[in-house]
Amino acid sequence: MRVPLIRGLSLVFGAGLALGVQAADLTVSAAASLSNALRDIAPLFEAANPGTRVQYNFAASGVLLQQMAKGAPVDVFASADQDTMDQAQARGLVRASQRRDFVSNRLVVIVPANSPRTPASLADLAQPGYARIAIGLPASVPVGRYTKGVLEAAGQWRAIEARMVGATNVRQALDYVQRAEVDAGFVYATDAALMPDKVRVAFTVPTAKPILYPVAPLTAGPNAAMGERFVAFLLTPAAQAVLARHGFGKP
Amino acid sequence: MTEAWTPLALTLQVAGWATAINLVLGTAVGFALARGRFPGRDVLDAALTLPMVMPPTVLGYYLLVVIGTQGVLGAWLLQHFGIRLIFTAEAAIIAATIVSFPLVFKAARAAFETVDPQLEDAARTLGVGEGALFFRVTLPLAWRGILAGLLLAFARALGEFGATLMVAGSIVGKTQTLSIAVYEAVQAGQDHTANFLVAVTSLTCMAVLLAAGRLAPGRVASRG
Repeated sequence: MRVPLIRGLSLVFGAGLALGVQAADLTVSAAASLSNALRDIAPLFEAANPGTRVQYNFAASGVLLQQMAKGAPVDVFASADQDTMDQAQARGLVRASQRRDFVSNRLVVIVPANSPRTPASLADLAQPGYARIAIGLPASVPVGRYTKGVLEAAGQWRAIEARMVGATNVRQALDYVQRAEVDAGFVYATDAALMPDKVRVAFTVPTAKPILYPVAPLTAGPNAAMGERFVAFLLTPAAQAVLARHGFGKP
Repeated sequence: MTEAWTPLALTLQVAGWATAINLVLGTAVGFALARGRFPGRDVLDAALTLPMVMPPTVLGYYLLVVIGTQGVLGAWLLQHFGIRLIFTAEAAIIAATIVSFPLVFKAARAAFETVDPQLEDAARTLGVGEGALFFRVTLPLAWRGILAGLLLAFARALGEFGATLMVAGSIVGKTQTLSIAVYEAVQAGQDHTANFLVAVTSLTCMAVLLAAGRLAPGRVASRG
């Protein structure tokens, strides 16, 4: 039975080789909250640039920054907050002149759809009914930083921090709420809109600064020219229409 | 570096509990599989070994479906006892117990199978009951193999990550174990903390493996 075994092995490894990165691939590292919208934009960009394949890498912005700082071959970086892009700029990964804000978002508090309670303010979350609150980890997840910022400004951070269940990206926080494993969670309006039957938006949290998503091509990207074209494409009416359909606001 | 000691203490507790549970469960199942003659024994052995080879995320998902608030067992626990397991240290213990269980029952089964049946028969002719026989003859002859399995299981439980993150989450001081603390330190770019945690983890695992190696069956016990 040696021949079938070898054939089987070559099939497995051959398939692996075929999936390798090709020269015309464009690698885009983007914040988890952008995943649905950007997946819809990929075919439009590929149609406008024949021969190019867009490959996405979605995670919390802080994680993406660490990957790029450690040498991951990435062409475009789209972050959920200015801080992470500032750090990318400070490390020389992106140029200030090539940076663009391409969408805006809102911070919301959500509860499971079947929750008997609806909080009306940040202070309500310090009540006994909210024992577990999903919050992105402030050290690496932008939504966690925004959340910590508004809670600190409202004088509620210390009360809420004890109830925090850390999420490694915003979609994990959303998942915890939709499974009703936590009593409430902080996500973006666009994330909450993905599961209207599973989660309920309690209220929008006003942030001191607007939540603007920056995007930039990487200076050392393997496909830098295409990276610049992708960034420009995100600001075209066609791409902006897709983003608007997913609930993102104008930059 | 105080932030590194809390996850270490928690991890040792989780791995300790998981190992204690497996001492009882693994020994019992290992003995049943070594001595039992029943149809489907090999299938059962394979099924019980699954957690060792299954992707941790798959195991984590199974656990969510079973012990989650809306899960089969989880909903029942919440309704009747008000117990919530998800995001607790208990959930981390359950995950660690399941992934390290195969190491214990496999070692126990092998150890029981190497016990000379003539010695047990000799004890029986001397009028020893089955219960006393197990604790006074069989177990003392097999304990080195079982202990080696337990040490390996302890090391495996120390490093459990995927399933733990899914069912216990990452709550500092409550469910943030060493491996999860490493993951987060790397994600947040806190390389100093990561280096320290990695060193602690590596040394702990190395010490456990050396101890397990000394207990491996076939080595002559050093008389102390």
